[in-house]
Amino acid sequence: MTLDDLARLTGEWLRGVGPMSDVVISSRVRLARNLADYPFLATASDSERADIYRTLAERIAATPVGSDALLVDVETTEPIDRQLLVERHLISRQHAAGEGHRGVSISPSETRALMINEEDHLRIQALRSGLQLEALWNEVNEVDDALGASLSFAFDRQFGYLTACPTNVGTGIRVSVMVHLPALRLTKEIERVDRAARDLRLAVRGMYGEGTEAVGDFYQISNQTTLGITEDEILRNFGEKIIPKIVEYEWAARESLTQHRAAQLDDKVWRAYGILCNARCMSSEETLARLSPIRMAIHLGRFDEFDIATLNEIFLHIQPAHLQKIHGTPLDGEERSIARAEYIRKRLKG
Amino acid sequence: MIFRCQRCHQAKATVHITDMMPEQNEQHLCEECAEKEGIIVKHQHQTTSAILQEFIKHKTGIAGADDRACPKCGLTFREFRLKGQLGCPHDYEAFRSLLAPLIERAHEGGTHHVGKVPSTADSTIHRETGLVRLRRELQEAIEQENYEEAARVRDQIQALETSESS
Repeated sequence: MTLDDLARLTGEWLRGVGPMSDVVISSRVRLARNLADYPFLATASDSERADIYRTLAERIAATPVGSDALLVDVETTEPIDRQLLVERHLISRQHAAGEGHRGVSISPSETRALMINEEDHLRIQALRSGLQLEALWNEVNEVDDALGASLSFAFDRQFGYLTACPTNVGTGIRVSVMVHLPALRLTKEIERVDRAARDLRLAVRGMYGEGTEAVGDFYQISNQTTLGITEDEILRNFGEKIIPKIVEYEWAARESLTQHRAAQLDDKVWRAYGILCNARCMSSEETLARLSPIRMAIHLGRFDEFDIATLNEIFLHIQPAHLQKIHGTPLDGEERSIARAEYIRKRLKG
Repeated sequence: MIFRCQRCHQAKATVHITDMMPEQNEQHLCEECAEKEGIIVKHQHQTTSAILQEFIKHKTGIAGADDRACPKCGLTFREFRLKGQLGCPHDYEAFRSLLAPLIERAHEGGTHHVGKVPSTADSTIHRETGLVRLRRELQEAIEQENYEEAARVRDQIQALETSESS
């Protein structure tokens, strides 16, 4: 498997299946770990970084975890390929833009990505479509056990697993769930989510302050507290309280729209479809904005000109790196805008 | 540990005010009580990192804290405050008393690890983590007036405490 092969696949997190997938797009669990005998990356020398990289890469390859995985040396990878990995949610923007020896180990199904030398020495990540927190925990836990058996992770009896930044100390676990909330925005109730998240000390990305909308109505909700609470409690809070509550709010808003504003909703959807089928220039932001009400309408059974699988494919392929890979040549901003519109038209109308 | 509002003692405290003059004094209030006290609460979402950044930008008030350095990597506490990142795992030991209040604040009052422990960790760590977790469960059970659960947890604590001497 090469990176070029990846570009044509839709990838795990956009498979569109899994529990509550009409609102919960994907869920991810990551663990942060550092080797006990090395400094954190902010002060590590180049040769120490290289040692850390080599040690982790060897261990990963030696365990069942990494046997069929693709190890990507991010430092020597072309920027466009790094961007591809970011678009597929396999590495963070920070990792792509970072400096020094660093990499990522990716499982063939793209459900697992182990980042080496990002903010911490090792970040074990598992990613799935819909809400599958238990499966995700089992996966990262297994990897953690397999690697932890032969490596000494930095750990303190009071502070737990030690991380470069104290905000991740303790369990080192971050649970992130990406939700699609177009109805809550349309009914102007998105503030409820913001307030609920604030009370529960959750981070919500995609909300850039009052009145500003998230691109494509996607919001990423994550825990912030990682110490003084067990991994199980964090996962159960998310899976049993937080996310179901948010999904409930969104469902109620969708219900309200279909009951009281059906014509306006359908109008928004069909206008979006009209633009997608006919425009000659499209930015990524606008494409995602147009796809948003259509995604909701498909799930509500109000629109069947194309299906979710197609929508997800478009969603991924219009992003800058994917678009250029599929096109076959590099494209500047304006060229991308034109190529994007052309790709969308072809995909929707054949 | 749950910060309860110091005014109504009911709701969870989400507004934290630190007075620096005439002397350092911390207040913890819920939004409603804060508004009643005339404190305007801006509905701004503050991430843990943001809280931490604000906290560490200000001096700890402890003489000589900034000059304390980690014997292994040489990072000073001042450097940590400026960067927001630590230099090596040993920093947690070198700056333990300075980091503890920061960490407690950043993690909603969490002070001690109660989650997963490395398989390679010795049995005393497993025991200690287990005891901290159980004591917390006991506290919560008592707060919720679930005395049956509290008794059950107390038994588990006793069993774990005596297991060391065996």
